[in-house]
Amino acid sequence: MREIMYRDAIREALDEEMERDENVLLLGEDVAFIGGNFKTSVGLYEKYGDLRVKDTPISEAGFVGMGVGMALTGLRPVVELMFSDFLLVSADQVINQMSKIRYMSGGQATVPMVIRAPIGAGRSSAAQHSQSMQAIVSQFPGMKVVLPSTAQEAKGLLKSAIRDDNPVVFFEHKMEYTNKFDIDDGIELIPIGKADIKRAGEDITIVATSSLVMKALKAAEKLEAEGISCEIVDLRSVVPLDRETIIASVKKTGRLLIADEAYERCGIGAEIAANVMEDVFYWLDAPIARIATPNVPLPFSPALEFPIIPSEDKILEKARALVAPTA
Amino acid sequence: MAKKLVKKQYQGVYETMYKMRRFEEEVFEFYKKGMMPGLAHLYLGEEAIATGVCAALNDDDYIGSSHRGHGHLVARGANTGMMMAEILGKKSGYSHGKGGSMHIMAMDKGILGANGIVGGEIPIATGAAYAALYRGTKQVSVSFFGDGATNEGTFHESVNMAAAWKLPCVYIIENNLYGISVDIRDVTNTNDLVDRAKGYGIPGAVADGMDVEAVYAVAAEAIERARAGKGPTIIEYKTYRWQGHHVGDPGDYRVRRDTKEKEKWMKRCPVAAFRKKMLGSGIAESAIRKAENAVEAEIQEAVTFAVDSPYPDVSEAFTDVFTD
Repeated sequence: MREIMYRDAIREALDEEMERDENVLLLGEDVAFIGGNFKTSVGLYEKYGDLRVKDTPISEAGFVGMGVGMALTGLRPVVELMFSDFLLVSADQVINQMSKIRYMSGGQATVPMVIRAPIGAGRSSAAQHSQSMQAIVSQFPGMKVVLPSTAQEAKGLLKSAIRDDNPVVFFEHKMEYTNKFDIDDGIELIPIGKADIKRAGEDITIVATSSLVMKALKAAEKLEAEGISCEIVDLRSVVPLDRETIIASVKKTGRLLIADEAYERCGIGAEIAANVMEDVFYWLDAPIARIATPNVPLPFSPALEFPIIPSEDKILEKARALVAPTA
Repeated sequence: MAKKLVKKQYQGVYETMYKMRRFEEEVFEFYKKGMMPGLAHLYLGEEAIATGVCAALNDDDYIGSSHRGHGHLVARGANTGMMMAEILGKKSGYSHGKGGSMHIMAMDKGILGANGIVGGEIPIATGAAYAALYRGTKQVSVSFFGDGATNEGTFHESVNMAAAWKLPCVYIIENNLYGISVDIRDVTNTNDLVDRAKGYGIPGAVADGMDVEAVYAVAAEAIERARAGKGPTIIEYKTYRWQGHHVGDPGDYRVRRDTKEKEKWMKRCPVAAFRKKMLGSGIAESAIRKAENAVEAEIQEAVTFAVDSPYPDVSEAFTDVFTD
C-alpha cells in the first residue's frame, strides 16, 4: 500500500500500458510538452517521444476521428479531451463513428480506443467547463462508459479500458486529480462492468459514481453515528451496468438512493431506477431517490454553484429522509 | 514527373469503370422495382475518379469513402455480390445487412468504410495515415469525398493536421457541383475548391474527373509523394453525377445556370470516352467486348446472389454492438 495522487495514478496507468504495448499512444490538446492540462501525462512525452505522445491542434472532431482511424488500423489510441464538455464538439466522431462502426460493419471492425475526459463542477468553471457527460454518452449504443472513483479505480480501470477491444469513454473527475489515495502496490486490472461494494450496510443502498462515491462514504460515517447503516455501491461503469450487484444490495436494504453528477433529467439515476424497478419493487420500503445536477446550466459564482451541485450534505439529507419512519 | 497509364493497364482500368457502371445500373433497377430498402447514392458519371485513383494504389493502402461509395469499393476489388447483398439488406452482405448502401465496409480490402455523415470519414482516413506513419509501413491513405464535405469542419481539421505532420494522406474532392440541390458555386466563393490547399501549405491539383488518364496522372504523383514521406495533397476532380443525389431524387434542379448542363456533361461519359481511346490505341473491339461480357457475367451473378440470399434473423439486430 502506498499513497498516490489521483492524477498520478492515471499517469502510471498510461505509462505502464505504453511500456507494455507499443500500439498504445496518447493524443490530445496539451498532453505532450506540458504533460496535460491536469498533469496526467507528465514525463510521457520525454519518455516516448513526439509520435506516441502527440500535442494536437484545437480540433476535437479531427483528432477524435483520427483516433477512430488509428484504432481501425490496429493501434490503441488514448484520446484526451481536456473537458468532457468538449465531447459535444467531437460528437459525430464519438457517437456516429467510433461507437457504431463495429455494428455497421457487421462485426468486421474493432475500435479499441479510449477517450479520457474530465467531468465535474466545483471550480467556478461555469456552464461550458463543468458538465458531466456520462448520461448523454450512455444513451448511445456501442461504447463502454467508465467512471472511476478512487485512484485505485482510476489506475485499474484505465488499464482495462486501454486493453479493451471496444471503444471506452473514461470519465475522470477534475476535483479528484490532486487528492491523495491509498493504492495497492502491484495494482490489478479492474474489470469493466463490475460494481464494487465499498462499504457494507443494512438500511439503505447508495449507488454512487465517481467523486460522489467518496462523498457517500463520508456521509455513511456520519449516518452510522446516527444509527443508519449504509451500503455504498461504487458503480464504476454505467455501460455495462452491473444490475445484479445493485439488485442484490437493494433486496437486502430495501432502500435505494442513486448519486451521480450528470443532469437529473434523463440521467443516470432515472436510468438505474427504471432498470431495477421490476426486480426490486416488492423489496422496497421507500420510493427510490436520486441526487444529480439540477437542470440549469452550471453557474459561475461559488455562491450559486456550490449550493446546487451534488454534495455530501445532499446525500445525508436524502438518506435520512428515506430511512425516516413515515407517518 | 507525371505518371501515365500505360497500355497494358487499359484493359483492367476499363473493366473497373465498366463494372461500376453496370453495378450502379443494377442498383438503380433494384430501386425502381421496389426491391431495395432505403436509398442509395449512385456513382454513375463519376467512374473515372475512383478507377484512376485506385489504379495508383497498392493492395495494402487504405481508403475512406463517402455516402456515394459504391464506385470506390468496386475500384478496390470488393466483392460485388456481397456489396449488392448488403444493399438489399441480406445476411450475406458485407455487414450482414446492418449497414446498407451507405456503410459498406471491407476491411480486407483496406476500405475503412463508406460513411453516412458528409465529411465523417475524412479524419478517420487521416488517422489511418497517422498509423501508417507511426509504424513506418509506407502505406498511403486516400480519403474520397464530395464538394459538400469541403465545407465541413472535419475537412479543415484533418487536412491541417495531415499537413502539419506530413501524413501519407491524399484528399480527393469529387466536385460534382451539387450538395443535394445546392450548387457549390452558390455557397462557396471560389471556382476551384483546391485553392484551399495553399492555406494549408500543401500542394493542390485540379484535373478533369471525366478522363481516367488525367485522374490517374495527378493521383499517382500525389500518392507517390505521400509514400515518400513528403506529406498530403488535395486533388479536385471536376465531375458530374448522372442521377440526382440518391435514387429517389430526379435531380431536376440542375438547370439554374444552364438548362443543358446535365446533357453537356453526359456527352463526356468517362466510360464511353475511354472505350473510344482504347479502340484508337489499337485494342480490338472483340477484346473490349470480351471484357464487357466478363463484367456482365459477374454482375448478373452478383444480382442473383443478392436476390437469392436470405434476410438475417432478427436476433442478429443484437449482435456486433460490442466485441467480447
